[in-house]
Amino acid sequence: MEAVIALAIGIVFASGIWLVLRPRSFQVLCGLMLMSYAVNLFIFIMGRLWVDKPPLTPAGTVPDPGTLADPLPQALVLTAIVIGFATTALYLVVMIGSRGLTGTDHVDGEEPEP
Amino acid sequence: MTLPWLQHILLVPILLPLLCGAVLAPLTQGWHRLKFALSYASVLGLLATALVLVAMTDGGYWQDGIGVYLAANWAAPFGIALVADRLAAMMLLLTALLAMAALHFAMQRWGRIGVHFHTLFQFLLMGINGAFLTHDLFNLFVFFEVMLAASYGLVLHGYNSTRLRASMQYIAVNLAAALLFLVGTALIYAATGTLNMADLAARIPALPAASAGLVQTGAAILVLAFLIKSAMWPLGFWLPTTYAAASPPVAAMLVLMTKVGAYVILRLWLLLFPIGTAGTSSGFGYDALLYGGMATIVFGAAGMLSSDSAGRMAGYGATVSSGTLLAVIGYGQPSLVVAGLYYLVGSTLAVAAFLLLIELIERIRTPRSAMLAVTMEAYAVEDTPDEPKGQGVPAAMAFLGLSFAACALMIAGLPPLSGFVAKFSLFHALLNPPVAAGADAAGVVIPGVGWVLMALVIASGLITIISMVRFGVRTFWAATNATPPKLHRSEVAPIAFLLTLAVAMTVEASPIFGYLQRASAGIHRPADYIGRVLGTPAVPGPAARHAAGAAGVMGAAGAAAAPGLPASGEAAS
Repeated sequence: MEAVIALAIGIVFASGIWLVLRPRSFQVLCGLMLMSYAVNLFIFIMGRLWVDKPPLTPAGTVPDPGTLADPLPQALVLTAIVIGFATTALYLVVMIGSRGLTGTDHVDGEEPEP
Repeated sequence: MTLPWLQHILLVPILLPLLCGAVLAPLTQGWHRLKFALSYASVLGLLATALVLVAMTDGGYWQDGIGVYLAANWAAPFGIALVADRLAAMMLLLTALLAMAALHFAMQRWGRIGVHFHTLFQFLLMGINGAFLTHDLFNLFVFFEVMLAASYGLVLHGYNSTRLRASMQYIAVNLAAALLFLVGTALIYAATGTLNMADLAARIPALPAASAGLVQTGAAILVLAFLIKSAMWPLGFWLPTTYAAASPPVAAMLVLMTKVGAYVILRLWLLLFPIGTAGTSSGFGYDALLYGGMATIVFGAAGMLSSDSAGRMAGYGATVSSGTLLAVIGYGQPSLVVAGLYYLVGSTLAVAAFLLLIELIERIRTPRSAMLAVTMEAYAVEDTPDEPKGQGVPAAMAFLGLSFAACALMIAGLPPLSGFVAKFSLFHALLNPPVAAGADAAGVVIPGVGWVLMALVIASGLITIISMVRFGVRTFWAATNATPPKLHRSEVAPIAFLLTLAVAMTVEASPIFGYLQRASAGIHRPADYIGRVLGTPAVPGPAARHAAGAAGVMGAAGAAAAPGLPASGEAAS
């Protein structure tokens, strides 16, 4: 399972990097989003991969750490998702503004010489 | 045992700008005077807080000069610890002083165009202050994002296509950097199981080799995020463009943001990978910082020589100074860090003053800023800012010329201003390597890389003064139709203030060096710091206190019995 997850993260991240290096701002945006998905997954599995281990303690019992997943990466990933979402939205606004002001969606704000 | 009320002062540098920014957000531009007043009051409050913190850390209020505040009263490894030591207090003071100058400069023009300048400015201060105080890696990420999100808005302030293009790149680079930050943090957490810096520092020396490798990988990825902020070559190509495009008060604050990167690296590296201790991670990565910093000096100096506009020149000046700082950190010699800290403060003030000055100098060529007219139109601001009201001051040219000369001297490091003192002390430290106890002082050899670093610092100073003089001659002497520009008092004052600070730094170099020596000694003793942070007990809640009181035992016993239990209302009130 680890190998599958690692491959998946690697492929998503690599696609993100490729897109970020593209000249159109929409591609850059998609690349950043893909990279942030990959990073979120990465943080998530840093608490290790478990099956049947909830990060919750049932009420009224003495919690046994051995039966529980690490809840901290899950909390971290929530924060990371929210922040990533907000900054990506901000980038989208800047991108639209740039498209409106320069008339092109090239990241340099001007079409390259043909 | 309750928390002394003065202990809550550690929260003020974060909460005050947050609250102020929130209050300012709904106010429309019709209230711009009130907005400015509130914003200014908040900055003055920050200045007072920073001064008190400097006095408290240095005056023996806290043991070892380290004040620990457990956020929400969770004991150290579990919750987020805010820590003020001499270094953090000094950086807070520098932030407040610079913010005051930048805000004052923005009073007449920049604060009035656009809607949310003051709000974003306050949030930027909150992010910077938080990054200085927090001692939790993930919380540091959050404060970095607060700082960056505010800076994205501020770089766009005075919206035109140059700023848009520059900020597209700036935002894309920093979003990617944030992702690297997260990857690094996650790796460090995976290897050590903690994100608290003190806990990390305590655990890393004892890690098995396999986990140590993971920590080093994580730290290397993490530090990329800070190196992008502090513009180390080859990660700093975004910097000159962004500086040149941003409005002057914002650019002045951006200078500080590059120093935040250097500050975090300094603190984190001395804490996690101290030189000369046990453990496989000891001394990890210093060489990379040293050589990277030296490459940055070369890159910045070359850029300075080749740049035509003053804004880009200032940007490269900031690059040179952060390169010098990184090399100083990477050199790994405590006495050099003292000189480096002095250099940090002086160069920040100088480059910031220069960036503010540029706008006024540009007026010699273009008396009316065409750019401002465009942005006013774009925003349809009804309340036109007053034309600079001051008379055509006969002394305007003299002021600009003298200030420019002062900035040039400081950035290049020539006598008599603080830049020279900083470089002199750098050389002094490099030429006097520490002597091991019992060894012969004459037998100590200065490593070759020390000579190279010295040569680079001298050469970069020479190149700086060449390019500055070239710009100055072209602007002040060779300009054929130079009319004295109209300067407003509110624009002259902050520049004069920053330069006066630099003069004061030169005159009072001895006590400042004393303070910096104590600050540097503090960060070179991780053990004290770890003990203080991990040893600070949570304040027992009302129930526990009651029980402890009934048993006749106060304080420590209750805290020991219930570590990490949040006491409702105690710390939060």
